[in-house]
Amino acid sequence: MMSKLELKEDKMLEVQFVGDDDVLNHILDREGGAKLKKERAQLLVNTKKIIKKPEYDLEEDDQEVLKDQNYVDVLGRDIQESLKNGSAADGGNKVYSFQNRKHSEKMAKLGHSASDKVQLKNSDKSEFLSTAPSGLRKRLIVPRSHSDSESEYSASNSEDDDGVAQEYEEDTNEVILSQKIPSQNRAISAPICKETPSKKMKRDKTSDLVEEYFEAHSSSKVLTSDRTLQKLKRAKLDQQTLRNLLSKVSPSFSAELKQLNQQYEQLFYKWMLQLRLGFNIVLYGLGSKRDLLERFRTTVLQDSIHVVINGFFPGISVKSILNSITEEALDHAGTFRSVLDQLDWIVNRLKEDSSLELFLLIHNLDSQMLRGDKSQQIIGQLSSLHNIYLIASIDHLNAPLMWDHAKQSLYNWLWYETTTYSPYTEETSYENSLLVKQSGSLPLSSLTHVLRSLTPNARGIFRLLIKYQLDNQDNPSYLGFSFQDFYQQCREAFLVNSDLTLRAQLTEFRDHKLLRTKKGTDGVEYLLIPVDNGTLSDFLEKEEEES
Amino acid sequence: MATSSVSKGCFVFKPNFKKRKISVPVEDYFNKGKNESEDSKLRYETYHLIWQQMKSETEQLQEELNKNLFDSLTEFLQKSYSGFQKNSRDWGCQIKLREIPTAALILGVNVTDHDLTFRSLTEALQNNVTPYVVSLQAKDCPDIKHFLQKLASQLMDCCVDEESKEGSIQVAQKKTHCSMDSLSSWYMNVTQKTDSKMPRKKRTSTSQWQSPPVVLILKDMESFTTKVLQDFIIISSQHLHEFPLILIFGIATSPIIIHRLLPHAVSSLLCIELFQSLSCKEHLTTVLDKLLLTTQFPFKLSEKVLQILTNIFLYHDFSIQNFIKGLQLSLLEHFYSQPLSVLCCNLPEAKRRINFLSDNQCENIRRLPSFRRYVEKQASEKQVALLTNERFLKIRELYCTCLEKNIRDSEEYVSALQLLRMLAKDDLMTILQKCFQVFKSSSEKQLGSTAKRIEEFLAQFQSLDEAKEEEDTSGSQSKGLQKTDLYHLQKSLLEMKELRRTSKKQTRFEVLREKVVNFIDSLVREYLLPPETQPLHEVVYFSAAHTLREHLNAAPRIALHTALNNPYYYLKNEALKSEEGCIPNVAPDICIAYKLHLECSRLINLVDWSEAFATVVTAAEKMDANSITSEERNEIIHARFIRAVSELELLGFIKPTKQKTDHVARLTWGGC
Repeated sequence: MMSKLELKEDKMLEVQFVGDDDVLNHILDREGGAKLKKERAQLLVNTKKIIKKPEYDLEEDDQEVLKDQNYVDVLGRDIQESLKNGSAADGGNKVYSFQNRKHSEKMAKLGHSASDKVQLKNSDKSEFLSTAPSGLRKRLIVPRSHSDSESEYSASNSEDDDGVAQEYEEDTNEVILSQKIPSQNRAISAPICKETPSKKMKRDKTSDLVEEYFEAHSSSKVLTSDRTLQKLKRAKLDQQTLRNLLSKVSPSFSAELKQLNQQYEQLFYKWMLQLRLGFNIVLYGLGSKRDLLERFRTTVLQDSIHVVINGFFPGISVKSILNSITEEALDHAGTFRSVLDQLDWIVNRLKEDSSLELFLLIHNLDSQMLRGDKSQQIIGQLSSLHNIYLIASIDHLNAPLMWDHAKQSLYNWLWYETTTYSPYTEETSYENSLLVKQSGSLPLSSLTHVLRSLTPNARGIFRLLIKYQLDNQDNPSYLGFSFQDFYQQCREAFLVNSDLTLRAQLTEFRDHKLLRTKKGTDGVEYLLIPVDNGTLSDFLEKEEEES
Repeated sequence: MATSSVSKGCFVFKPNFKKRKISVPVEDYFNKGKNESEDSKLRYETYHLIWQQMKSETEQLQEELNKNLFDSLTEFLQKSYSGFQKNSRDWGCQIKLREIPTAALILGVNVTDHDLTFRSLTEALQNNVTPYVVSLQAKDCPDIKHFLQKLASQLMDCCVDEESKEGSIQVAQKKTHCSMDSLSSWYMNVTQKTDSKMPRKKRTSTSQWQSPPVVLILKDMESFTTKVLQDFIIISSQHLHEFPLILIFGIATSPIIIHRLLPHAVSSLLCIELFQSLSCKEHLTTVLDKLLLTTQFPFKLSEKVLQILTNIFLYHDFSIQNFIKGLQLSLLEHFYSQPLSVLCCNLPEAKRRINFLSDNQCENIRRLPSFRRYVEKQASEKQVALLTNERFLKIRELYCTCLEKNIRDSEEYVSALQLLRMLAKDDLMTILQKCFQVFKSSSEKQLGSTAKRIEEFLAQFQSLDEAKEEEDTSGSQSKGLQKTDLYHLQKSLLEMKELRRTSKKQTRFEVLREKVVNFIDSLVREYLLPPETQPLHEVVYFSAAHTLREHLNAAPRIALHTALNNPYYYLKNEALKSEEGCIPNVAPDICIAYKLHLECSRLINLVDWSEAFATVVTAAEKMDANSITSEERNEIIHARFIRAVSELELLGFIKPTKQKTDHVARLTWGGC
């Protein structure tokens, strides 16, 4: 294998004018994370030497690859053996090489060819760009962090003979540019496409993991477009509409998904066996494992006491888990001074009565609320009891970091990969998701509800405050409405007759969390509505419509 | 009953009372998953038996290995304790009395095994030295108050064991206020009480002291806060005369840590002695010897499995416990997945079981690849016989089990052989003697003759002894090294070498040695074949290394990455097939969103992202969806995008950020 690779290298180094695309392909095919890491380290140490002697360098690389593969082999990652398991077959070396430039191009291509219209309508920037001459585009500069990938684009264009294809590709590039780069941030740079293939190859390789990480995190300035969701009309959806909309989507690949699930369901009895023999089971892999665990519960756990714990539930805590175990599962009426006391009690109780068996099903053991060290320690101690059986699922990328060796030995995990691709509907429904603006819809409705129950005068007071706040929304040093001024205005509008009545009204608002008061540096009280301005203006509009 | 609610996160399910009574026996799960359940019960029982044996064996081993350590510890404790007792007026002794006797126990980095060691240590101490053994962990003692509270409550618990009546009330009272004063007064109380009771009960029987010392074990010394440790040591050294404390530090790293944690003023209050536990590597070797390289357990691991287990051990945790866990899992897997594992038991039992083999099981045997290979090598007539005659089959079986007991790693063998050639006579003889013992003890028919031959060799060596010794000495004298200068020395050495090579005149010893080595070589070649070449090795060898690895040393990140990058790997749909690094636009939404997010740097603009997503997805849908309006379609796509983004957030790839409006931050790096 080594000699073969060397041959390839020689060929590439001799032939000077290969199309850049080919060179790229060549590199990308061969690149593996492990190898790159090694090489990167070398380059950091002594770049010059390696550029001078490319053959030597490459030879060494191959050896490194071999070494790494040896290690991988030793660890038993045998591709042939494990066709079922994604983690095993993919090997270690591909994991961290997120090399996808070529692909992204293709993706955008796909997108672009199919829907010019969408692009034109939605992004004025891409429209602007596509009218720009191709020469201009070469002078466009790309923010530092993108320089490598973008240079590839320009390079591949410059040597492409096919005119149609070139134009086509340029379009796609622009689509990508418009995604990433705000036009005002572009500056001029020398075209990078004039490099010789071999040198370029070097550059490509260097632009990986470690350096990219530091590149991405070094400059405090990140260059992205300034467009905001507010300009898009359908930016905000509430949970309900989202569900309705998604219910219209017909799921794809249902046959394959079903097959996957059936595979996992065959393991149910094995899981039971292993649970009973003192192991605990943790499920990982992409896709919600809730349904799977639910089926597990209904098929095999019907005859035993079990507790289902939704880790993704925002109000969950170790305390509540222990409470439901002591109070409901073990019928204990007393209370405990601390969580540790409670744990001790459970441990003693279960040790005394060995016929007592308890199954714990935890969806998302790695959720925000449970991932803390203390929670994990307590759950781990629970799970180490021989008559508590724990089967849990984890989803977060870094979930295994929760457990050090001590905790891992408490848990005594057996890992099972269950990639289901099912949507995390339940798991994400609680969370304050990025685009699901709960803060938008909820306070608005509560605003209207609360204000409807108030007297017209109180509504007037509040409206006054809203208006004042909206008038000042562009003022960065706006602290709030000072109480005295506010009182003055309310009096002028015949809304209150004394500052006591005003204060009584304000207390009402404060109780509904519609008002916050702050003391300024001068001791003056400032009033502020802790609701975002968009909601407030929506509210005002609605009010006006109604009246 | 539903398991989702907006108001609670825990749901308890209790079956009806009647049903609860019947608890399903474990072995039922053993066969439920599988169709062929003929002998699964038997298999489970065999598994259970072997596992119990192995477990008790390891526990025993652990005990033996720890014995030395514990003995010396106990001795130390008793010695230092007698210091308290003497109460001598000697000045040196009084100085010593100020110091808290401390044992620093170096246990190695395999933290997970420590618990077991401490547990047996506590037991040993309670049996031999004092009833008052308390062990504390750093996480229970964030400050000195908690430290003392824990100490007190555990001490009281020790005491409760002895006098079970009054204990619980005391605990409740003392928990609130704890100081060293109260502790020592409590101690006085207790010792006096036991003193008054003792004479009647068991003073004569045990070597109980008047006032037994209190042993405090700090399990993980490194993780204690220095302040707490220092304070405690200073305080307790003041009370030492009334509260005889002995400390045991559990140390995972190196003894230097004591001086790093404690300033000189504090460490001078301690009288430290070091104790070193057995290194975990040696421990593993003994475990391997006792569990896998013996004939006691029929179950064997194939080379790969063993390698995985040892690698997890060496590269990940140094934990014997985990190793044992891996062993248990492989045992379980073997009996669970290999129907022929029913024969994996000791020899006479296997013989008996073979006689009861059903047709079905014989069929299973025939299907084994190793058996096939074996059959193909035989003459054609024999083939027919083998495939039809079940009697014949059974005999072969036994033969193979016999053979497989002698397997050692073949790679190591080569180096061992080379070493053997170099060996001096004495070593060789001892080794031969050992071999002789081994062969004798195994007492197989085929091996009987070899044992005899080795005996012969030994006899020859014996007879050689006198004659040869003279020869040797004379030889060395004649070529006695003239200690004149370096040059001459070199020259003469070279000459000697030449002489050896050219003359080829070997001493009788060398001839004999060559013979022995050749004999052993042939022996090994004959009997110590790699297990894979043996017919029916599947019966006793567990070789599914990948399952072991999947379950013990899983890689969730890789699985996630594969699922996101290459959905075809899981969903075998032709539409998803694509070349390396690309995904088709019909892929699941989350894959597309993930791919797009890889193109961005630290921050991602949600608007751009959603547009790119819409572009890709619309392209995929274009053909079929003409029935709904474009506006509605866009809304649906947007909803899908939202879902994909929140799923990526859940998975930890992105998080919301306030650095810029409508942006999210990427949490992984790489890509462009």
